[in-house]
Amino acid sequence: MARSESRVRLAPWLAIVPGVGHLALARRVKGAHLLAYAAGAVALMIWRSERIAEALGSRAIDEWLAVVFLIGSLLAVASYSLWDVRRLLEGGDGPLAGKSPWRVASRRFRVNILAVGSVYVIFLLYVLAILAPLITLQDPSTMENVLETRYLSPSLAHPFGTDEFGRDLFSRALYGARVSLSIGLLAMLLSKVIGTSYGAIAAYFGGIVDSVLMRLVDVVIAFPTFYLMLMLVGVFEANIVLLVLILGLTSWPGTARYIRAEILSLREQEFAESARAIGLPPRLVIVRHLIPSALSPVLVSAALSVAGVIGAEASLSFLGLGIRPPTPSWGNMVSGGQDALLVAWWVAFFPGALLALTLVSFSLLADGLRDALDPKTLMRRFV
Amino acid sequence: MPLLFGIATATFFVVQLAPGDPLDMYLEPQRQRQVDPEVIELLRQKYGLDQPIHVQYGRWLWNVVRGDFGESFRHRRPVRDLLAEAIPYTLQLTLLAVLFDALLGITLGIVSAVKQYSLWDKAVTLGSLIIYAIPGFWLALMMVLVFSVHLGWFPTSQTRSMDYEFLPLWGKVGDRLWHLALPVFVMGIASAAGTARYMRNKLLEVLSEEYVIAARARGFTERVVILKHALRNALIPIVTIYGLSLPFLLGGATIIETIFAWPGMGRLAVSAVAGRDYPLIMATTLIAAVLTVFGNLLADITYAWVDPRVSYDGKKRV
Repeated sequence: MARSESRVRLAPWLAIVPGVGHLALARRVKGAHLLAYAAGAVALMIWRSERIAEALGSRAIDEWLAVVFLIGSLLAVASYSLWDVRRLLEGGDGPLAGKSPWRVASRRFRVNILAVGSVYVIFLLYVLAILAPLITLQDPSTMENVLETRYLSPSLAHPFGTDEFGRDLFSRALYGARVSLSIGLLAMLLSKVIGTSYGAIAAYFGGIVDSVLMRLVDVVIAFPTFYLMLMLVGVFEANIVLLVLILGLTSWPGTARYIRAEILSLREQEFAESARAIGLPPRLVIVRHLIPSALSPVLVSAALSVAGVIGAEASLSFLGLGIRPPTPSWGNMVSGGQDALLVAWWVAFFPGALLALTLVSFSLLADGLRDALDPKTLMRRFV
Repeated sequence: MPLLFGIATATFFVVQLAPGDPLDMYLEPQRQRQVDPEVIELLRQKYGLDQPIHVQYGRWLWNVVRGDFGESFRHRRPVRDLLAEAIPYTLQLTLLAVLFDALLGITLGIVSAVKQYSLWDKAVTLGSLIIYAIPGFWLALMMVLVFSVHLGWFPTSQTRSMDYEFLPLWGKVGDRLWHLALPVFVMGIASAAGTARYMRNKLLEVLSEEYVIAARARGFTERVVILKHALRNALIPIVTIYGLSLPFLLGGATIIETIFAWPGMGRLAVSAVAGRDYPLIMATTLIAAVLTVFGNLLADITYAWVDPRVSYDGKKRV
């Protein structure tokens, strides 16, 4: 292998630092990423060591979680790095490496600069959101002397400025990211799980069950989704859990329809027939063979649906019907800045800009996934 | 028809699931204690809340069929009147937005497809993806910030100026359009982004069809080939997506109308939800759903009308 020639001799103990082993083995990209993450995590630990100690002493579970995530992810990166280096040293990939559909797709994904960029942005946003207590310098709800600190324009001390109560918008934006991003992920999972199983059940049982289930889908789809959400938040008092349920429960029918159609067509194909022929029960044929084959477009729609759900949550919160202040969410922060547009543009601008960045990233990601996973599209270097 | 029935049933029962007594919204619980129990009983009878649920359901359904949505708790006026006032405003906004969307989106899509992979095409494709993803309420606020607050070109909200009543007819129209400019732009630009993407893909698809190659082979200029042969066929599916995009437009209208204080159906729905005005919530949701079904139907019909290959007796005529 050409790669082994460029191997550099390094003291073996250095391999304990994540990524160094890969760099030495000329796996530069992987090595640089591992090293960068580890370096960032250690730097954060040193920079905010006092805050970490404080967080460990506090009773607030989210601060605990942030510390656990920071240390845990560092350990995970280190052990993965060691394991992977050992694997590479023992002969690395087999002759068929890089030929599986997923590998091919990931190689096609990686040439799409915009999609790769959006992955970085999304990753960074999630890490920042989880680590929010360790990163922000001010508490998101501290007000101090309101008369002096209200509507401060962006500065080094307050990168995003302060709002009408003198609260630091940067930390509110990060705490808002926790709310918005986790709602997006959870509601998307809920809607995809429901949609997939619903569609699979309809296709599997067929007959009357199928037509009853699909008529129900017709009814749900007939409602404009946003009106349906509006009605539901109006009828039930919205809190975070309920909002996840509402967002998830209103966005599954598309997936259900798609999965049903896909399974109906896939089950006539040879691989499904051979699975049946060797005596697999239908349940297993569906779960092990049909659903996995139908899943890659679901992956694309999952990325889109995270964007959709986050957008819907933000819109509801903006209207004052979703997450209610003082809990920060990007939507209600923008709505808080609406009245202050004349005196303090930054209050509405920054949370909305983060929101827009998130939604654009997820759309670009979905676009990249679609191009990478669809065997019909040729390699294209652009959007 | 069964679909409309299903929609109405779903609306009714979701609202029935609501925790608490609907009367709580009519009279605050604290004040209920001061009110004579007999009055409460009378109110209950007036709104039919003393009946068992299937009777309430039957009566509600019958009233809805006759176009009677009951009386709004908050406005103390028939829901029908409120809707009748609001819907024209929403129509003005939505129709203009669709017009703007069609002009901009289709043009951009055509140019993009004709100059495929050019810098212009890449800019449009990426730009439309970004515009499409940006949340409307934020875009609206930023437009207000730039064009109303800083430049002062357009009003920030409302439907008319103070001196509206004294303007001549053309002045009234102009004034209304002036107030519509920002909301229509924000609503239209997002869907124009979608249209442009769709138009580009469809036109590219059509351009690789054999009849286009044949037209080129017969020596027509590129302009004629694209505008006369390809565009006609690429526009067919576009017609249908306008029918299908109705729910998104209605959803978008709720937010845009709220921001620009536009007294349409979207704002009515939002205020109904905020005030837990159940009859009004049910009515707006129902209307929105019916409009959506209607939009889908319209899409199907126009599709059959513009595309001679589709017919409803199931035969494909080619």
